[in-house]
Amino acid sequence: MLSIRNIVKQYAGHRALSDVSLEVEKGQIYGLLGPNGAGKTSLIRIINQITAPDSGEVYFNGQKLNQNHIERIGYLPEERGLYKKMEIGEQMIYLARLKGLSRADATQRLKFWFEKLEMETWWKKKIEELSKGMQQKAQFVATVLHEPDLIILDEPFSGFDPVNAEIIKDEILELNRKGATILFSTHRMESVEELCDAIALIHKSHKILDGKVKAIRHSYRNDTYLVEYAGEKLNFDGTQPFDVISELADSDNTHTIRLKLNGNNTSNDVLQYLIPKARINMLQEVIPSMNEIFIEKVNLIA
Amino acid sequence: MNKVLLIIQREYITRVRKKSFIVMIFVVPLLILGMSGLIALVAKNTSELSSQQVVNIIDNSNAFAGKFHNVKNIKFQPAHQSLTDAKAGLQDNEDLSVLLIPANYTKVPVQIFSKKKPSIKLTQEVENQMNTIATTKSMVEHHIDTTFLNTIKKNKISISAMEVTATGTKDANVGPTMLVGIACAIFIYLSLFIYGAQVMRGVIEEKTSRIIEVIISSVKPFQLMLGKIIGVGLVGLTQFTAWIVLSVIATKIAGQAFSSPQSPMLGALAVLQTIPFGYILGCFLFYFITGYLLYSALFAAVGSAVDSETETQQFMFPITLPLLFTYILSVSVLFQAPDSPLAVWLSIIPFTAPVAMMVRIPFGGVATWQLALSMSLMVIGFLFTTYVAARIYRVGVLMYGKKASFKELAKWFFYKE
Repeated sequence: MLSIRNIVKQYAGHRALSDVSLEVEKGQIYGLLGPNGAGKTSLIRIINQITAPDSGEVYFNGQKLNQNHIERIGYLPEERGLYKKMEIGEQMIYLARLKGLSRADATQRLKFWFEKLEMETWWKKKIEELSKGMQQKAQFVATVLHEPDLIILDEPFSGFDPVNAEIIKDEILELNRKGATILFSTHRMESVEELCDAIALIHKSHKILDGKVKAIRHSYRNDTYLVEYAGEKLNFDGTQPFDVISELADSDNTHTIRLKLNGNNTSNDVLQYLIPKARINMLQEVIPSMNEIFIEKVNLIA
Repeated sequence: MNKVLLIIQREYITRVRKKSFIVMIFVVPLLILGMSGLIALVAKNTSELSSQQVVNIIDNSNAFAGKFHNVKNIKFQPAHQSLTDAKAGLQDNEDLSVLLIPANYTKVPVQIFSKKKPSIKLTQEVENQMNTIATTKSMVEHHIDTTFLNTIKKNKISISAMEVTATGTKDANVGPTMLVGIACAIFIYLSLFIYGAQVMRGVIEEKTSRIIEVIISSVKPFQLMLGKIIGVGLVGLTQFTAWIVLSVIATKIAGQAFSSPQSPMLGALAVLQTIPFGYILGCFLFYFITGYLLYSALFAAVGSAVDSETETQQFMFPITLPLLFTYILSVSVLFQAPDSPLAVWLSIIPFTAPVAMMVRIPFGGVATWQLALSMSLMVIGFLFTTYVAARIYRVGVLMYGKKASFKELAKWFFYKE
């Protein structure tokens, strides 16, 4: 769907992107992660043909990116904004027509979206009369009105209250089910695991990690488990099939230990060792969250 | 191209729909109507008699009796009563006056009595007629043939200033031409400024409201800039057209309502009619369009470089300097010497040409080669500024929080895409 190859972008004072490549497959929800100032917005602007890279290429559905692709892309910038003094209905239609829609089509689809998001009464309102959250909602509609194949969202959830953020999230998922590929940037990791099929991690203009979310997390498994048992506190003499990382006693006479397997032992060996000694409430593998991977990776580079 | 049309349409419609625009369209012709009404009214009051005046003549010399002839609104009639009786009658009628001609009228002053101060028109008419009668009388007394004299006196000579130029002789009409020249200069100066500033404000609005990024993910920055410039320019042309049409109607109405055939207004109008308005209007439109394109591109570049209108000062000054300079020269010096070397040069340099040329054009006599050179340079000039502005604009609209300087702008100019 979208193939980004060896992009370099140099600004006067600094390098925004150095040799970044990534592949977005059709139908994916792709997360572009990284701290502020990593180069995410620069990359997004290149995909939107707002700026051009110094070197490297972008391919859209196998074709080199060109002006014809603009109509296939919907873009919600990080800094939201609409014409303050223009009526909202008219403004949405104008933006959709700039993306190549006819007036009739735009009107029809806008009616559909306004009904769906309960915005019917806004049609004749000016943007400056709407609250910030309402403006964001309107702008989201403007982004997807022309039914783009690729929807690019720069920090889509910032500025939404929790209720509206949930509505927008559901809409994004629905658009994705209907076949749209979604690329969004964020520095909030919680939303990543929930939404993304694949991610790329950008830090200080370099891509330091990319791939499917599950695959990445699995590759970061490090044989760490969480065990909770009830009964007397156990003492370990060094013959157990694991190393204890931390122990925690709870008030109701339960204990939680965080352990790391040693040798070629498996979780079964842990259970076999523990079952005769205590009543096991829970055994759970600890897979690092994206947040932890992110921090680990970033610290590694720094 | 289709997208540029869309942008033009939006820029045009949002502005034309504004209340201020609609109000302005009607205010200016109404002002003209009001002004001409006022002028006509004042002119009428000072020179016209509003009602039928009756002059009773007590002629003690017997030289004038029966020789007065009635003119419009003034009726002369011999009075067969004493002065005191006649004076008493004056109290009842404002339009009545008594003319007392003493027997020895060449030595003793002739007097006219009325309830109110008589109008100048009336006293002038009386003086004229009496002088004519007295002169004729003296001539007859000296045996000069008055009928013969009258035929000689039929000559009526008036002077009109003629200007000799290479193309021929024509009416100079110096006063009205100067006025038209200055008016043209002021008008083009103001309109370049007003509509240029509108473009700039539009760009700043798009930048501060942050819609710019959405738009230029759909169209190229150049298309947006072009669409905005053309859209606002069309608003200007609409306004001018409306003003011209309405003003013509307004002056027609004013002419009908306020002026009688002898009105001095008509005299001024007749002089104005000899000025080639079609030619001036054509030139005005050309210099407005090219001058507007030239300056509004620069204004757009300035708008793109700043975050708010208050920051525009440092860039506005150098841009507006040539305009301001020519404007001041135009209204103070150039209109007195429209063919001086300074005027010629200023009317050829693209940045000053719109104002300088519009001062010269009403005087006529702008050499064809000068006009052609000036016009071609205007076209080259606006293509050049549009090119420069577009390169600054495409970078500037995405720059926030950076205090732009001229050095910075130069850097932007050389940025690759």
